[in-house]
Amino acid sequence: MPSALINVPRTAKRGDIIEIKTLMSHIMETGYRHLASGEVVPRDIITSFSCRYNGTEIFRADLFQAIAANPFITFFTTATESGKFEFEWIGDKGFSETASASITVE
Amino acid sequence: MPQPRDSSRRQFLSLAGGAAVLGAVPVVTLRPAEATPAMLASAIRNVVGEAAVRTGKVKLDIPPLVENGNTVPMTVSVANPMTADNHVKSIHVFNEKNPQPNIGNFYLGPHAGRAQVSTRIRLADSQKVVAIARLSDDTFWSVSVDVVVTLAACTEEVI
Repeated sequence: MPSALINVPRTAKRGDIIEIKTLMSHIMETGYRHLASGEVVPRDIITSFSCRYNGTEIFRADLFQAIAANPFITFFTTATESGKFEFEWIGDKGFSETASASITVE
Repeated sequence: MPQPRDSSRRQFLSLAGGAAVLGAVPVVTLRPAEATPAMLASAIRNVVGEAAVRTGKVKLDIPPLVENGNTVPMTVSVANPMTADNHVKSIHVFNEKNPQPNIGNFYLGPHAGRAQVSTRIRLADSQKVVAIARLSDDTFWSVSVDVVVTLAACTEEVI
């Protein structure tokens, strides 16, 4: 069962630069490991992450096998207005998860 | 009396050692599932195209000595303002010796306020990690850091 952890400040002053921390539980199987039988374990990774702030995309990332399991990504943004951050992770085998967080800007 | 015997033994050993080294070279270069500096260079070319990449502005915080290559914390920051007409458009991170050379591409904009991203990466071997930033004027800035890994991320691990 995939689960996301999001850390966004609940409140901020207008114009503040805030840090956003995200973590999505995922094995990030590289496709380079194999079973004792010699069979290769197929690749299963998150390939894309994005964050929208009140509908506008503010951050996007392409992920590869070199990202550790349970991808942890932190980035910054400017608090301009109260509203909602929406996060989306897309990956192999139809993986698609979303999460959201709200912020009050004074 | 023991002198000539000793020296011929030495000669034999050096010859054998030389042969072993010669024999080992193709084995090492033919090893599959390992990116090469050439793959690193072509992955960088895919991002920057024909543009020149200058050294500077970018800071890559990563431990120089890593115990566990399966999860290595990494922070890239770019010393550049984040205004509408002068900002960091994207940050690209590459490795030299994992099975494939890309680590991540991060796209930001002036709204970010600060050009900094952190994540955790895998390193399959002691190697060079390269971070490249693309600015809004389409210039590219880079930094590279050498990392020593004691326990590699097990790409050929049997599970």
